[in-house]
Amino acid sequence: MIAIQLMLLLLVAVTGTAVVFARNPLTQPVGISFFGMVLAAMFMAFQAPDVALSQIVVGTVGLPLMILLALAKMRRDKREDQEVAKGAKR
Amino acid sequence: MTRRARLAMFLAGALGLAVMLACAEIFLPGPEKMRSRYLEQINLRTAPERNITDAVTAVNFDYRGFDTVGEEFILFVSVMGSIVLLRQPEEKQERSLRDAVTEGRDVPPSPAMRLWIVAMVAPKVLFGIYVVTHGQLTPGGGFQGGVILASCALIIYVGENFDIFKKVMSHRWLELAEGGGAGLFVVLGMIAWLWGSPFLTNTLPLGKRSELTSGGTIPLISIATGLEVMAGFVLLLHAFLQETLTKSSE
Repeated sequence: MIAIQLMLLLLVAVTGTAVVFARNPLTQPVGISFFGMVLAAMFMAFQAPDVALSQIVVGTVGLPLMILLALAKMRRDKREDQEVAKGAKR
Repeated sequence: MTRRARLAMFLAGALGLAVMLACAEIFLPGPEKMRSRYLEQINLRTAPERNITDAVTAVNFDYRGFDTVGEEFILFVSVMGSIVLLRQPEEKQERSLRDAVTEGRDVPPSPAMRLWIVAMVAPKVLFGIYVVTHGQLTPGGGFQGGVILASCALIIYVGENFDIFKKVMSHRWLELAEGGGAGLFVVLGMIAWLWGSPFLTNTLPLGKRSELTSGGTIPLISIATGLEVMAGFVLLLHAFLQETLTKSSE
């Protein structure tokens, strides 16, 4: 049990660092999603299944989805601004 | 900020973290020894007092039920706020829906993926309902089950398109479920007043242990929370997808 816990703690540290070092906003949600999975496994190993379940649904489904949608909206807004700028030039 | 200043700041922070971690390792007891008196009391009392087998649910929906009311309304208000921010005017909505159907996505999902997702929806809905209704017996409960149910709506969108998503998810029913779920929680709390007890006291018959109906108000509150969370998340998804996928009218 201790070995599993140690391994998962190490994995949490590694994946957390990986999320920070992923500089591209598009790859970050994928990293966060994986980080959330590892975190959920860690909660499970520390005997907190309720928290693990919440972590799975929020950390691996909810949060990355919201980030992706926000990114999509920002990209769309930018494209529209460019189109408007082009139209003004003409 | 220059690169060097940033590095210095990081090193200072990392040093602080290392010192704290070392202190924690030396002075704090391990997770096995961290048995507080509150934890012991909860573990001892939940089964005899509330007739349910999941102590975490008992804390969430009964012993600390008032906190959960607050959390539920945090979710309610944040969903409302996002929808108000993202809402589009009526005439824009109609046009943008047409656009979304025709050019909402560049590549349609493959037949294999569509088949898989259609096959997945029913078991997923069932699993969500299971998690919501078995909160008092096994890990889970209204919040977790509600989000699982909401993710069913998400995979419908992934496998089909926004048009189908909109057809399946009636906006009016979702709004009703969200408000109704939040309201039902408070009403269930007020039932206790009929017996002259404080708000959210568990006054209903407790039932037989390890049966679906055990725990008095706990399963009912779990269902109310599940309803509210599911509808809230789907509404949020709806608003976000509508806003991101549709082209604005020019």
